[in-house]
Amino acid sequence: MSYSGFGGKLFDVLNYVLLAVIAVLTLYPFWDSLIISMTPLNENLSTNVHLFPRSITLEAYRYLLNLDQLWSSYMVSIFVTVAGTIISMTATTLAAYALSKKELPGGRVVMFAIVFTMMFGGGIIPNFLVVKQLGMLNTVWAMMIPTAIQTYNLILMRSFFVSIPESLEESAKIDGCNDFGLLFRIVVPLSMPAIATVSLFYAVSKWNEFFTAVMYITDKDLWPLQLFLRSMLLENEAAFQSGGDSPFLLGQSIKMATIMVSAIPVMMIYPFFQRYFVQGITLGAVKE
Amino acid sequence: MVLPTRDVGYVRAPLRKRRLWKRMVANRYLYIMLLPAAAYYVLFHYYPMYGALIAFKEFSITKGILGSPWAGFKHFEYLFTLDKFWHVFWNTIIISLYRLVFGFPLPLIMAILLNEARKLLFKRTVQTIVYLPHFISWVIMGGLLMNLLSTDGGVVNNIVRSLGGEPIGFLTDDRYFRGTLVWSMIWKEFGWNTIIYMAALAGVNPQLYEAAYMDGANRARRIWHITLPSIRGTIIILLILRIGGLMEAGFEQIFVLYHEGVYNVADIIDTYVYRIGLTEGRFSLAAAVGLFKSAINFILLIAANRLSRMMGEQGIY
Repeated sequence: MSYSGFGGKLFDVLNYVLLAVIAVLTLYPFWDSLIISMTPLNENLSTNVHLFPRSITLEAYRYLLNLDQLWSSYMVSIFVTVAGTIISMTATTLAAYALSKKELPGGRVVMFAIVFTMMFGGGIIPNFLVVKQLGMLNTVWAMMIPTAIQTYNLILMRSFFVSIPESLEESAKIDGCNDFGLLFRIVVPLSMPAIATVSLFYAVSKWNEFFTAVMYITDKDLWPLQLFLRSMLLENEAAFQSGGDSPFLLGQSIKMATIMVSAIPVMMIYPFFQRYFVQGITLGAVKE
Repeated sequence: MVLPTRDVGYVRAPLRKRRLWKRMVANRYLYIMLLPAAAYYVLFHYYPMYGALIAFKEFSITKGILGSPWAGFKHFEYLFTLDKFWHVFWNTIIISLYRLVFGFPLPLIMAILLNEARKLLFKRTVQTIVYLPHFISWVIMGGLLMNLLSTDGGVVNNIVRSLGGEPIGFLTDDRYFRGTLVWSMIWKEFGWNTIIYMAALAGVNPQLYEAAYMDGANRARRIWHITLPSIRGTIIILLILRIGGLMEAGFEQIFVLYHEGVYNVADIIDTYVYRIGLTEGRFSLAAAVGLFKSAINFILLIAANRLSRMMGEQGIY
């Protein structure tokens, strides 16, 4: 099926051009930062559109990789991402499965109580006080536990589980499999698109965790990458005066290098998950 | 044998109870599965709702929530006399409305355009690219913006300058700051926001398009009569949710990008709560502001949902 007329063809061409332009504009800011992160400090950036680097140096990366704070922040972020995603996925999957069973007495009430938290909340201050009361301030747990379940993800998983035909579980049930066995042996293997999608959502949000860290972490040793990055971005340019004639540009290239180092893990992993998105979200979001 | 009527009720109740108990026992593993989530929601959602009571108290950390003396509506009365409070209130609403007006239709248009692109590889590549910024933190996006929009070597101002203009302080001038907020938010999220429409469109039977084509419907008619009706429900649900989030003006984004020079146009309720609560330690007053915000969001959500149902549409519940 295609449009043969001149108008139809013209629309197609314009549409492709427009979409391509949008894609390029979306990516350009990343490209620009990448170039600047590799630009030598004596290069003048203020006159041109930087499409390609005229000369390349890895000086900024060398400087950056020698900072202890970068490594400690990297370790914190990796730990929070891995451990946090495991905690979140466990809690979310278990609850979503239990709530996908219509015959569970009280299930509807629990579901309502959970959805209600999307509409109403206590606010920043009471949440801060809870974390403080639990003694979690300045611990890595503050970056994982208070945000362990995102209700939207829970709903997504539950809807996916609801869509799995009951009959698939019947035979295993007759063989004496209990609910844990059903979940892990039958339901989870059938739910890979949803599990991949939700895992990615959790992992990315842990990696990007910024505000919880601002509120709950003051100890520099526990700074995640995002806090380190922010301090680098706000750092007084004077700190980077290391003999070059244009301290701003060295500062700028280090800032952009920090951005690249923080963004690259996400940019590398996420395209592999993309093929699951639409399938993972279709069942979850459309019907609920 | 016929039992006396009054005995039926007497006999039946414990029986039903026993049956319920039996069903609960049969499902005991499911309840165990619910435990971690239940603990999480009680601790980090319901207990803080109870903790929001400090908005009506003279809260001190040493006395705790229960031990602190009541203050009634004192904090709210004080708030409503503060010019600063109304200032951040209106900033929140203005920024949020800008985002709604410009940010809501764009993903819809983008989804329609993507749906019309039939070269699969091209379509998937564009999707991968436009989803990307959604997965990047606001700290990083803030850094990218500072680089891009800087008046000292930023590309955008290089272009402005080469066209003979004066450099524009997108991030420093309070005439431009809100525009920067709104459009950078759109840049980050418009692509991702198409996904839910794409998911809805993936479920449309291709035969509908075939049939319309056979009947001689042109592209505009196909979009109007097939594409749009099939995502109509999704559009309405998203709109209701957006209205219910009108008091959310993008806390993390503003927190990363704002500075004292633009408080005038960019200070919103959340940033205000953060400053008076966590920086100045006025917990009760900050909790009062936070509670006020939650209440308005809640009312808006209920109202939008009711309105949608009155107009014969499906609501969110």
